[in-house]
Amino acid sequence: MFKEIELDALKEIGNIGAGNAATALSMLLAKKVKMKIPEVKALPFDEVSKLVGGPENMVTGIFFRIEGELEFNILFIIQPAGTLNLLKIMLGQEKLELNLTALEESALKEMGNIIASAFVAALADFTRLSLRISVPCLAIDMAGAILSVPLSLYGYIGDTAFLLETEFEEGLDDIKVHFFLIPDDDSAFKVLLNTIGVRTSDGNNSSGDGRI
Amino acid sequence: MEIIRVGMGEYKTAKAPALLVSFGLGSCVGVTLYDGVRKIGGLAHIMLPDSSLAGKKDFNPGKFADTAIDHLIAELKDEGASTKNLVAKIAGGAQMFQLKSENSVMMIGKRNVEAVRRKLNQLNIDLIAEDVEGNYGRTIEFCCETGKLTVKTIGHGIKIL
Repeated sequence: MFKEIELDALKEIGNIGAGNAATALSMLLAKKVKMKIPEVKALPFDEVSKLVGGPENMVTGIFFRIEGELEFNILFIIQPAGTLNLLKIMLGQEKLELNLTALEESALKEMGNIIASAFVAALADFTRLSLRISVPCLAIDMAGAILSVPLSLYGYIGDTAFLLETEFEEGLDDIKVHFFLIPDDDSAFKVLLNTIGVRTSDGNNSSGDGRI
Repeated sequence: MEIIRVGMGEYKTAKAPALLVSFGLGSCVGVTLYDGVRKIGGLAHIMLPDSSLAGKKDFNPGKFADTAIDHLIAELKDEGASTKNLVAKIAGGAQMFQLKSENSVMMIGKRNVEAVRRKLNQLNIDLIAEDVEGNYGRTIEFCCETGKLTVKTIGHGIKIL
C-alpha cells in the first residue's frame, strides 16, 4: 500500500508527534522519559496484542478518537505494575491492586489526555490540519478486548492491522506506556502524506510485491 | 485434547473432543454453531456487522457477521454436520470504551450482536444461549464433546452456557 519513502515520511511524522508526547509525559512526571523510534507496522490482527503481553493479559487502556480532517484512534496501553507506579508518582500514594477509585481513574485519563493532546497538537501544527480530540476513555481489561475496538474499525478496509507504534519508558520506576495510532482507513495516512507534500501511489499495493 | 485457537476474523470447525478457543473478545462476537448429534462444532470470531461496508471486494469473509456465518456453515457441512441439527451460542459484543460520539462508530459491539442475531434468524438457526454486551472482555472456550460454551472474564466471573 505504501512505498518505502512514504513509510519513512509517516515514521517521521510519528516521531515529531511522539517526541512532543514524550516531553509532555516527562514534564508531568518530572522524570526522564525515553522514547522508542516510532514504527509503522502491518501485521495480522492477532499479532497486535502480542506486543503488549498477549490477548488475555490484563492491561490499562486509554483511548481517544481523533476527528476532523483526519480520522484515527490513539490508544495507550500500560501494564498493571506501570499503572500502579504512575499513580504513585502522580498521587503520591502506594497502591498494590488495580481496583481504582474514581480519582485514580481520572488521574490516568488526564495523564493520557496530556500526552495524546501533545501528540495531536504537534501533528496539527506541523500539517496545518484541523483536528479534534475526544475526551479520554479508560478500560482495565484483557489486552485483546481493548485493542479490538480500533482494530475492528480498521477491519472495514483491511485484512491486517495497520498502525504506528512506539513506547515511552521511564526507567527508574519501570513505567512503559505503549502508544498505538490506528487509522480508520488508509486515507488518514494518505491525507497526512499529501499535506506534507509526499506524493502517494494510488492504493492497493500496485507494485504487487507484497510490501506495505 | 486438541485446543484450536480462532483469531480475530477467523472461523474454524472441529470434532469432539477438541476445544475451540478465542482469547480476549471485546467488541468482537464469538459465534458457535454445533451439531450435537455428530458432535461437530464451529466458532467464528466476528469483528464487524456487515460486509456491504467492506472497503474492497476480495475481503476476508471471516471478519463480517453475514459472510462469516455462511462460510462457517459451509465448512461444518463439509465436515459432515447437518444444518438442521445446528444450534447457536454467542458471546462478546462489549462496548469497551464509553465514548459519546455523534456517529455509531463506537457502538460496534452492540451492532455486531444485532447483526449476528439477524443472520441466525434468517437462516432459522436457534440461538439457545448468549452472554453479550456489557463493558468487559471475554475469553471463550467451546467444547465439541458437550456443546458447552465457557465464558471467562476479568472481574465478572465465569459463565457456562
